[in-house]
Amino acid sequence: MTSPAPAADLARAVRSGSRSAADVLDGYLAAIDADEEEIHAFNLVTAGSARTRADEIDRRVADGEDPGLLAGVPVALKDNLCTRGVATTCSSRILEGWLPPYDATVVVRLRQAGAVVVGKTNMDEFAMGSSTEASAFGPTRNPHDRGRVPGGSSGGSAAAVAAGFAPVALGSDTGGSIRQPAALCGVVGMKPTYGTVSRYGLVAFASSLDQIGPLATTVADAALLFDVIGGHDPLDSTSLDRPTPRALSVLDDGVGGMRVGVLTEFMEGASPDVVARVREAAGALAAAGARVEEVSVPVVTLGLSAYYLIAPGEASSNLARYDGVRYGLRVDADDIVAMNTATRSEGFGAEVKRRIMLGTYVLSAGYMDAYYNQALRVRTRIIEGFDAAYRSCDVLLGPTTPTTAFPLGEKTGDPLTMYLSDVCTIPSNLAGHPAISVPFGAGDDGLPIGVQLLGPALSESTLFKVAAVVEAAAPESPAPAGGGRS
Amino acid sequence: MKPGWEMVIGLEVHCELKTRTKLFCGCPNEFGDQPNTNVCPVCLGLPGSLPVLNQKAVELAMAIGTALNCQIRPSTFHRKNYFYPDQAKDYQISQYDEPLNVHGHLDLPDGSTVGIERAHMEEDTGKTTHAGASGRIHGADYSLVDYNRSGVPLVEIVSAPDIRTADQARAYATELRAILVASGASDGKMEEGSMRVDANVSVRRSASDPFGTRCEIKNLNSVRSLGRAIEYEADRQIALLESGGTVEQQTRHWDEGEGRTVALRSKEEAYDYRYFLEPDLVPLVPDAEWIQAVSDTMGILPAARRARLVELLEEGGESTATRADQVATVVDLGLDDLVLAAVAAGVGAGLALARTANEAATDPPAARQIGPRSYVALLTMEADGSLTATQAKAVLGEMLAAGGGDPAAIAAARGFEAMSEDSLVATVAEAVAAHPDEWGRYRDGEDKLAGFFTGLVMKATKGQADGKAINAELRRLRS
Repeated sequence: MTSPAPAADLARAVRSGSRSAADVLDGYLAAIDADEEEIHAFNLVTAGSARTRADEIDRRVADGEDPGLLAGVPVALKDNLCTRGVATTCSSRILEGWLPPYDATVVVRLRQAGAVVVGKTNMDEFAMGSSTEASAFGPTRNPHDRGRVPGGSSGGSAAAVAAGFAPVALGSDTGGSIRQPAALCGVVGMKPTYGTVSRYGLVAFASSLDQIGPLATTVADAALLFDVIGGHDPLDSTSLDRPTPRALSVLDDGVGGMRVGVLTEFMEGASPDVVARVREAAGALAAAGARVEEVSVPVVTLGLSAYYLIAPGEASSNLARYDGVRYGLRVDADDIVAMNTATRSEGFGAEVKRRIMLGTYVLSAGYMDAYYNQALRVRTRIIEGFDAAYRSCDVLLGPTTPTTAFPLGEKTGDPLTMYLSDVCTIPSNLAGHPAISVPFGAGDDGLPIGVQLLGPALSESTLFKVAAVVEAAAPESPAPAGGGRS
Repeated sequence: MKPGWEMVIGLEVHCELKTRTKLFCGCPNEFGDQPNTNVCPVCLGLPGSLPVLNQKAVELAMAIGTALNCQIRPSTFHRKNYFYPDQAKDYQISQYDEPLNVHGHLDLPDGSTVGIERAHMEEDTGKTTHAGASGRIHGADYSLVDYNRSGVPLVEIVSAPDIRTADQARAYATELRAILVASGASDGKMEEGSMRVDANVSVRRSASDPFGTRCEIKNLNSVRSLGRAIEYEADRQIALLESGGTVEQQTRHWDEGEGRTVALRSKEEAYDYRYFLEPDLVPLVPDAEWIQAVSDTMGILPAARRARLVELLEEGGESTATRADQVATVVDLGLDDLVLAAVAAGVGAGLALARTANEAATDPPAARQIGPRSYVALLTMEADGSLTATQAKAVLGEMLAAGGGDPAAIAAARGFEAMSEDSLVATVAEAVAAHPDEWGRYRDGEDKLAGFFTGLVMKATKGQADGKAINAELRRLRS
């Protein structure tokens, strides 16, 4: 059994000269032309620079050079990854007109591997949201049902991969922002161990939780992308100075003898069709030789509450710099405080303001211990809870999201309901652990369902290995409505 | 200071570390360059940028801790959140409840000791210039920000409230500055802002009373203004209390021109900085080996250097009590190496110290430029009598003005040659013969008339005679 890897196949074809990078790119640009207007996966399509770049790759191949593991592979980048000289907006008005003078470390690594950036994808403003509806530039639509959300906040990246606009994409995951949209769009999405992928050049939402990761159509492509972007970076002090687990080389090792725990607490809030799919996936792992059992980690149910204190607290500080003084939007006013206030009032959307206010409150003198510090204590208990579970099993299995994709507009008026869609993904961020969402058939509504695998810190190799088995056993996935892949 | 009152003073000193690069990025740490040229995504706080701690800055901070007898311990960084345009990220990365250096002390030359509560690391802000009449951000026509200073490494040294007089505060600032320079951590230039002092001042009726309400005074740009501001502020608080009022806890601004402090903001207006652990950095945990290496490479500190000079004076049989000021001056100006070199070459410690503290100290940079070799040559000429004190001072003055020179050549060019003994004896004899009355009184024991005769001889020889030799001759004639 070999895991399918369309992006890796493209790179192989380009490196061998059997297909040109320009030809590969044209196919994806044609798909973008056909459907992007309706899907709105991108804030910016960089067709021109992508063509120049594809030609350069082809020239290098012609000259006998090897452009790298991702030679000629089109990649979509979430619009919170800094790209030198190319607008990076975080889907916010407040960054309007800002051109970063530098590339994020992951962008540098993609380029060194020969990838071709096709555009910057839409997202919830500053990655705060679960539907991509909180974008200043309008929502992205789910390619499987254009009346539904793609999830978020990396909804643009997930939709771009699902719609065939790019074979792979990068997103960022602070509380599930890669895995949740991957599940809702029927693609693979993975959040690495905190510290394995450099955050340098990722516009911060909540620094202790943010992690960049891959989205792809298959597990093997996600593993390839992870191998390219991972590894120590001296520009990020929280980057782990140790070898990154290699993902690609272990993919086909199988799960014989492995211990898989089905996480009770994640199953409890999920809809019956989602639960049924997770049970099927568990059955498939058992059939492949794994020992499957129910595991309970009661403390994970506190994750959502802790997250909505820690993440806004950090965000309130991270987003202070958007004050109109140095870059981006400035709304003129009579004095500095009025200018700051006017700029931030006009530049930020409602959800961002909500979280800045919440975060400012929880860090305030007199409230900090009751809220922020209490949340940090819960965070420690969640880590301990996972540690205990991982003494008896290698990976945990559960749903990625409680439901399939919901209709546009359904939850925008009720932030708390929106927040609940991340209930199964948040604990991994709080623990700093890796997790991956793998498409596994459809729900009663015919929309994609993702199952999630969780592992302890630096267990990426194991996770990818198990994910490959789940992927191979998955029922036929629904195809996106309309639009095709090249 | 009004009788019946006691001041309680604590000082917070910010010093810029003398690193090649900034605290969290590779930009040059340079004063005086074109605005906004030493900047990058990190020190401009651009979206997506991350700080990486400068190891050299940590070493200099540990050197300060070592010099101030602190415990150096595992520490963390926090974010101090407040909006101001010179703050690129609208938060400052600073050490908060777990600082690098704690529980130290500083011994002052007068024998007193001031506790050091902490010496922690933080980043500097940019610099704002406000155009318009107010000179402040409120009411400015426009404001300019220079981020060259943004991210420059600072250490904030917080003293215990152990200081009791303005003089002691001045001595503390002076000694601390000398330590910062000697340890290689900072150039300690108050006028350029590389050392900035804030004073917390309160008053009370007696040493057994609890501390009074304090005010923090900012904008103290010299040791002199530190002393003036403290005296003014203590008097202001005493006047308030004596008239039945109360002192309000405030931050106050020292107005050098007006010679007074003005309220900036009260405690109620104080910011809530919302400190929390900086998630972009990891804990700083220096191991014993690293701490030892820093201590081993540190220069000799002022207290030890003063002790060395005192020791040399004692060995030479000189009085040390009357020369404490000279010792302090020489060490404070970093000219003690010149004294040591001269003594090593056989010059008496008293002479070497006097020339250095009185003459060389008038222009320390020039004195350092002269260098030990020429300086020692000059002092040797004076010590062996080839130049009189007056001549030696004149030659040294020329060397200081020129920043160097060969003392023998300068002396020759000026026609300085020590008088022969014969001609000295003859000149003294003439003076004695011309003033028989005074000579008689001198012979009868009126010793102070020696000065009268010395003056006459000096005048007659245009200063070429050696005062000591004249005195010896006068004593010989009398006996």
